[in-house]
Formats: sequence, C-alpha cells, structure tokens
Amino acid sequence: MRISKLRLGAGYTALIIISGMFIIPFLWLIRSSLMDLSQIFTMPPEWIPRPFHWDNFQRALTFLPFDTFFRNTTIIVFSVLIGTVLTSSIAAFGFSRIEWRGRDTVFAILMTSMMLPAAVTIIPSFLGWQKLGFYDSFYPLIVPAYFGGGIFNIFLLRQFYLTIPLDFDEAAYVDGATYFQIYMRIILPLSRSAIIVVALFSFLASWNDFMGPLIYLKSDNLFTLALGLQMFQGTYTAQWDLLMAASAAVVLPCVIVFLLGQRYFLEGITLSGLKG
Amino acid sequence: MRKGLFYGLLFTAPAILGFIIFTLGPMIASLVLSLTDYNVFKDQTSFIGFDNYSRMFSGEDELFYKSLGVTFYFVVLRVPAVIILSFFIALLLNMNVKGRAIFRTIIYLPSIVPAVASAMIWMWLLNPDLGLLNSVLSWLHLPTSNWLYAEGSVIPSVVLTTLWGIGSTVIIFLAGLSGISKQYYEAIDVDGGGWYSKLRHITIPMVSPTIFFNTIMTIIGSFQVFNEAYILTEGGPNNKSLFYVFYLWRTGFRDTEMGYASALAWVLFLIIMFFTYFVFKTSKFWVHYEGGGRT
Repeated sequence: MRISKLRLGAGYTALIIISGMFIIPFLWLIRSSLMDLSQIFTMPPEWIPRPFHWDNFQRALTFLPFDTFFRNTTIIVFSVLIGTVLTSSIAAFGFSRIEWRGRDTVFAILMTSMMLPAAVTIIPSFLGWQKLGFYDSFYPLIVPAYFGGGIFNIFLLRQFYLTIPLDFDEAAYVDGATYFQIYMRIILPLSRSAIIVVALFSFLASWNDFMGPLIYLKSDNLFTLALGLQMFQGTYTAQWDLLMAASAAVVLPCVIVFLLGQRYFLEGITLSGLKG
Repeated sequence: MRKGLFYGLLFTAPAILGFIIFTLGPMIASLVLSLTDYNVFKDQTSFIGFDNYSRMFSGEDELFYKSLGVTFYFVVLRVPAVIILSFFIALLLNMNVKGRAIFRTIIYLPSIVPAVASAMIWMWLLNPDLGLLNSVLSWLHLPTSNWLYAEGSVIPSVVLTTLWGIGSTVIIFLAGLSGISKQYYEAIDVDGGGWYSKLRHITIPMVSPTIFFNTIMTIIGSFQVFNEAYILTEGGPNNKSLFYVFYLWRTGFRDTEMGYASALAWVLFLIIMFFTYFVFKTSKFWVHYEGGGRT
C-alpha cells in the first residue's frame, strides 16, 4: 500500500501525541510517589523529584499491613490461576477434540453466560456461600475457578485447539492412546502459548478484582491489595505522596507480568476477537 | 470416535457443573428472590409477586430512574467515544510506522492497571485544586473544571478515565485491520481514489464485523460499570453518578434489601439483552461478511 509522506508524518505525529497522553498518567504516578508533599503541590507542576523520596514506599506500605494484603492476594491469585488453567484446558478439550451428541449445543448454552451481568448472580451466590459458612473466607473467590475457569477461557482455548489438525489425534488413537493421553501428550504441549495467555488473563483478572473481595471479605486480615488500597484512600485523602506510592506498588506486579508476557497478551486478545 | 459421549461429558463436567452451580442456579434463585421482599434483617420473607418491579417503574423509587438515566447517559457517551477513538488509534498503528511495537505497548499498558489504582491516579490527575489537568488548563489560560466533583462534569470525567483503558479494544481492531488484503487497496489506487475512499469503501466495510463485536462488548461492559462509581465518586455529587450497578450493590449489600436488588438485577439483564438484540438486528444493514450474506 502506498502512503504519502505527508500522511505518514501526520499519522506519526498523532501517534506520538496519543501515546504521550496514555503515558502521562504513569509518569504522574511515578513522580508523585517519589516526592515529598511540598514539592507535589508546587505550581506549575514539577516532574523530577528533588530529592527522590524512596521512603514514601516504606511509609505507605507499613502504614497498613500491606504485606498481609500482598500475601492474601498472592494466595487467591495463584489458587485461581491453577484452577482456571487446569479445568478450562480440560473442558476446551472436551468441547473440541471429542465428538459427542449435543456438544455444540451445550457449548452454545455455556457461552450465553458471557452476556449475563454479574449483578444477576451475585446476590444468590453470596447468600449461598454465607449459608455454607464461607462468608469472609477466600473460598467464594477461589472455588469457582475449579469449575471450568470461566467460559471465556474455555472459548479462547477451544479456538486454539481447533487450529490443531485432527490427524494428530487420529494417529494417536490408532496407536491405542486414550483421550487423556492425547490431551496430555499432544494438545497441551502444542497449545503452550494459549495456556500462557489464559494464565496471564487469569492472573490480571483476579489481581485486579475489586467487587468480589469487597462482597466476600469482611476482616481486615483477609483483605486483598485492591481492598487495602481503597481502604488507604479512605483514610488518607490528601496524602497524595503516600497514596501514589501505594498505588505504584499495586500496579508494579501487573506491569512486570505484562512486560514478561507481552507477546502472549497480544496473541490472546487477537484470538478472542477474530471470531467475533 | 469411540465412547464419545461418556468422555465428552467427563472432560466437560467441571464446566457444565460450574455453569449449573454458579450461573444457572443463581439465575433462577435471583428470579425467585426478585419476587420476594427478602431482607437479611427481617425475620419474615414473603412472596410479593411483581411488587418490586412495580415499585421501580411506578416511580416510587426515584433513584431507580435516576440511576437508569445516569447509566444511559454514560453508555451513550462512552460507547461511541471508545469505538471511534480505538478505531482511530488502530488505524494509526496499522500504518507501517517505525516503533509500532512500542506505541502498541504504550496504548495497551493502561488497560492492565488495577481499577483501584487507576481510579486513584485519575482522582489525583483530576484534582480540582492541584491536579495536573487543571494546572495545564490554567497555564494555557483555559477554563478549569471541577471534574468529578461537579454535577455537570462528573459523567464525562468518568468516561475520560475509562478511555485510558481502551487498549484491548484497540488490539482487537488492529487484528481486524491486519486481516484486510492489500489487493483491495491497490484496486482503489488503480481507480485513482484517495485515503477517504479507501476508508469508506474498504476499511470500514471490511472491519465491520470487528466494529460489531467491539460495540457489543463495550455496551455490555458500560452498563455494568461499578468500580469507578464505588471508588471515584460514590455516586455523587448529588447522585449524578449513581450508576445502576452501584445502586444495585448499595441496595443489596448496604441496605440489605436483597429481594429488591435482585429485581434491579433482572431489569438490568433485560436492558442489556434488549440492546444486544437491537445491535444484532441492525447489524445486517451495516456489517459486511466476506463471502456472502451471513447475518
């Protein structure tokens, strides 16, 4: 495709401006997290902390038991991640590599739950967990991940499995392999990147979840980072240096995970959108 | 293939059970609850038919219409903004500019920021006295705004904060764009058409299925906005940002009127279904599928 120099230049300029606007909130976050209050409030705003107040992080993170919040979040996030990867990859196998009557109908019915607003199920689910005595525990946040891991993830993996030639399975059947062996030895190794995508999405979704912990957790010592940060904000309204330090600390793990798995993220989103 | 049904059900059992336990069951329970006056702090619960629903629509509960209005306003403002902006950015990224991967990373990065942290950052950026936006505006001698704290600007401000997270919509558009064969554009070059006719006659029709997908997903998501309401505005000022799901949460979990909140949830579900259906129905007029008239 031929693109004129002028148009390329205009597009380039627009991209730089837009990226600038997307990155400024990050810079604002970082610079505020490293300044003392008096420099934060100078007008016009300054961008380079003088001096760098690394102690903001220490002060912010020790004011509330952020180490406990971090531990809680880690327990939830990894328990959810394991359940999601395990059961969604097995279910996706059942929905794509095994032929059985009614398979596609069942899958279509399950897919409808993607359109269902969480608001519809949240009250009965809450009451159910409460009846079972699991209110104010991690179970309501973790257990559902072991039952399919979310239809979106099954959909994503199914999309990927469908691109693997069925001949592979056929050859294995001839050699006497069982379905489970085919899943373990053929499908899983071949769909490593799709599994990583699901793991990454699952990590971010539960790391970022706010409504779930808000509804199911009551005791401070069970709080997640998201809840803790919100609690911090309620207590320290104008302490922007500490608030920004705490926020930066919550954002950092996500950024690291994203940068490590960037390639997979982009692949995964593309995979989910293509069949729209 | 052998023993298909048994193994098929075995492999999909967790997902099917999960659907029954965590979706279908609660859905039915929610429908039943919505016909009762269930309240955690009341001893007795009785079946009250459609009273909850008539309480909403009769106007007895003023906040219902209020929150509905707020949410519609938000959806009407946000959906076109998200679609147009992310399509525009995807078009820019689709040009073969140098450093494309870096731009793409920068655009996508904000969408992985946890909602609470993002809210915190935006509260500070939009702070009326000391925030960055007002500093820049006053430096440029432009009028400043109270952003999240004024009745007139609160919803547009919330829309603005959510536009920071449009990265995944952009990436989906980008995938749609990269699937368009170069030959089509070359045909226009031969005919002597410019960038506008390429956009109008090739790009937009060819990515219309992606526009369709993104529009539906954005509508569904926008109706359910909660975190922003809870963290950024708490529904204020003067209920001007009383988002529907926030109101539902407040009714069900703070005021513990779970019967009424369930009715609110079902009305939301029907509204979302209606809009999704509506977009589906209109799609045959504007969504172009390669290779024929699949609708």
